[in-house]
Amino acid sequence: MKNTVYLFAYGLLFGLGLIVAGMSNPAKVLAFLDVAGAWDPSLALVMASALLTLGLARYLMHRNNDAADSEQEPSARVPTGVDGKLITGAAIFGVGWGLSGFCPGPALLGLSAGVLGNYAFVAAMFVGFWLFRLLHQR
Amino acid sequence: MNYLTILSALTGGAMIGLAAALLLFTHKHTAGISGIAAGMLPPWSEGSVWRGWFLAGLLASAPLYRLSGADIVLDLDASPGLLAIAGLLVGYGTRLGGGCTSGHGVCGISRLSVRSIVATLTFMLTAGITVFIVRHLL
Repeated sequence: MKNTVYLFAYGLLFGLGLIVAGMSNPAKVLAFLDVAGAWDPSLALVMASALLTLGLARYLMHRNNDAADSEQEPSARVPTGVDGKLITGAAIFGVGWGLSGFCPGPALLGLSAGVLGNYAFVAAMFVGFWLFRLLHQR
Repeated sequence: MNYLTILSALTGGAMIGLAAALLLFTHKHTAGISGIAAGMLPPWSEGSVWRGWFLAGLLASAPLYRLSGADIVLDLDASPGLLAIAGLLVGYGTRLGGGCTSGHGVCGISRLSVRSIVATLTFMLTAGITVFIVRHLL
């Protein structure tokens, strides 16, 4: 029970961060991606600030805890090599991101606004998740 | 870009980084939204529980923010059909590439993962090219 409250709170904090940063608005994300237009560097600042905060947290945790946390971190155990799948997948994601201004977090967060295109995006995104499983995990 | 925009971007980014740090250090999970959302596809397992609570918090952030009286701007210019195509690309691409803006762009880069740095540069590049084509060439 205590765990679920914390997990809910972390998701809430993450979502509020996206809103405060303005990243819940696809138009603002597109303004970052449109380098040749009226460029809005906000997204770079958001990422830099998030990276700095998480990096500082990692530094403090490792300094206070000799048992390296990264070794218990599931994602740190996945293969570290760059391969074709990584590049192809990231490239495909980028095209979808550029067409819409939506990446998964803001798209899910936007659902409560009740915009039809937002529903279409999220439904299709889950079809995409499922398609990957169908093609690569059987 | 004024001071308020800069302050909002930095504050929101720090909130996202803090949420990711808390999820990492208290539960050993990576705050990658595409992976968390994809993990909600059936069949459900024990791992779906923490994902579900984190996502519930993320989804609750928008209505709770609106309760404070503030509005959330969501400008979605693309048509629902185009957004469905974008959603499909984002869903499939993020799974094939193993992450999105949060998983690779924030969590992965914060531990200096080469895969995440390459993935982030790749999706930024293809997103930028896509926006350039859509806005300045078509």
